[in-house]
Amino acid sequence: MQRTFPLLVLMCIALFGYAPFLIAGAPYESTMGLVQKIFYFHVPSAIAMFLSAFVCGIASAIFLFQRKPGADRVAVSAAELTVLLGLIVLVTGPLWARKAWGVWWQWDARLTSSLVMWLVFQAYLLLRRFGGPGSDKLSAAVALFGAALVPFVYWSVNMWRTLHPTTNVVPSLPPPMMGPFLWCMVAFLALYGVLLAVRVALEERRARLDTLYLALED
Amino acid sequence: MTLKTIVRAVSLAFLLVVAAPAWAATQPPASQEGFVPVDQLPTDEEFPATPLVAAAYGIAWAAVLVYVWSVWRRLQRVDRELAEVARRLEVQRRSTGSPEAPR
Repeated sequence: MQRTFPLLVLMCIALFGYAPFLIAGAPYESTMGLVQKIFYFHVPSAIAMFLSAFVCGIASAIFLFQRKPGADRVAVSAAELTVLLGLIVLVTGPLWARKAWGVWWQWDARLTSSLVMWLVFQAYLLLRRFGGPGSDKLSAAVALFGAALVPFVYWSVNMWRTLHPTTNVVPSLPPPMMGPFLWCMVAFLALYGVLLAVRVALEERRARLDTLYLALED
Repeated sequence: MTLKTIVRAVSLAFLLVVAAPAWAATQPPASQEGFVPVDQLPTDEEFPATPLVAAAYGIAWAAVLVYVWSVWRRLQRVDRELAEVARRLEVQRRSTGSPEAPR
């Protein structure tokens, strides 16, 4: 991991460094024009958020049923990243909607379920911070519910009538738009990998610190 | 009612019908008595997309950079604390003569 990490960081910098050129060179969408270019950060950050929620949910399940402390460290790191990526999604979305729909926010199925999912992971972090002893298990159960929300959020645009574009938009992108989108997708996934590795390293050092404190008290 | 009176009345009515629009056109528009809200801005008054796109990319980058800075600070703090506790353990180990400190 220590060898591949600098490589991953360099790859991340290169991907995000070249992304603005690709986004600027991508064609304008016929009805939305320039504002559609928010899509190239909005959707990849949303997909990374879904991935992060799944990672948190799976790690929490492993922690709950197998009592592995390493899984708990991954879960808390992934929960924090879910909140960060969710913040990007919930900010870039309304900025796009203001121009595309004429309003900042609509209480439709996709937007509301995304907000609820983001709040669930906020609740996870609040529980971890202020829940006291035993809050790790309680928050792991909350993470399971948060991860279970992901399919509902993803398919909400197909199940209910919403203003939000459906999931058919990405597969039907023309090649000049698909290229920059996939580039940003890889960039966000690489960024997620880097941030998760750093955040887990922080949790591992905290665990080591706790062990040292216990040894000092003994 | 004489014919003369009828002619006068018809002439006056004709004058009013013909002259009234011309007279009205020369008057200033009536003062606005109140505001009428609408849901949608006229297209020529909508603000351009550039600030929205710039804000979206700016906020996304700022969020990531603030997060990286926050994790870096927390790592620094934990590393300092680790070094301090390891030093105290070493002192304790030497004073009690125990074999080794936990890793």
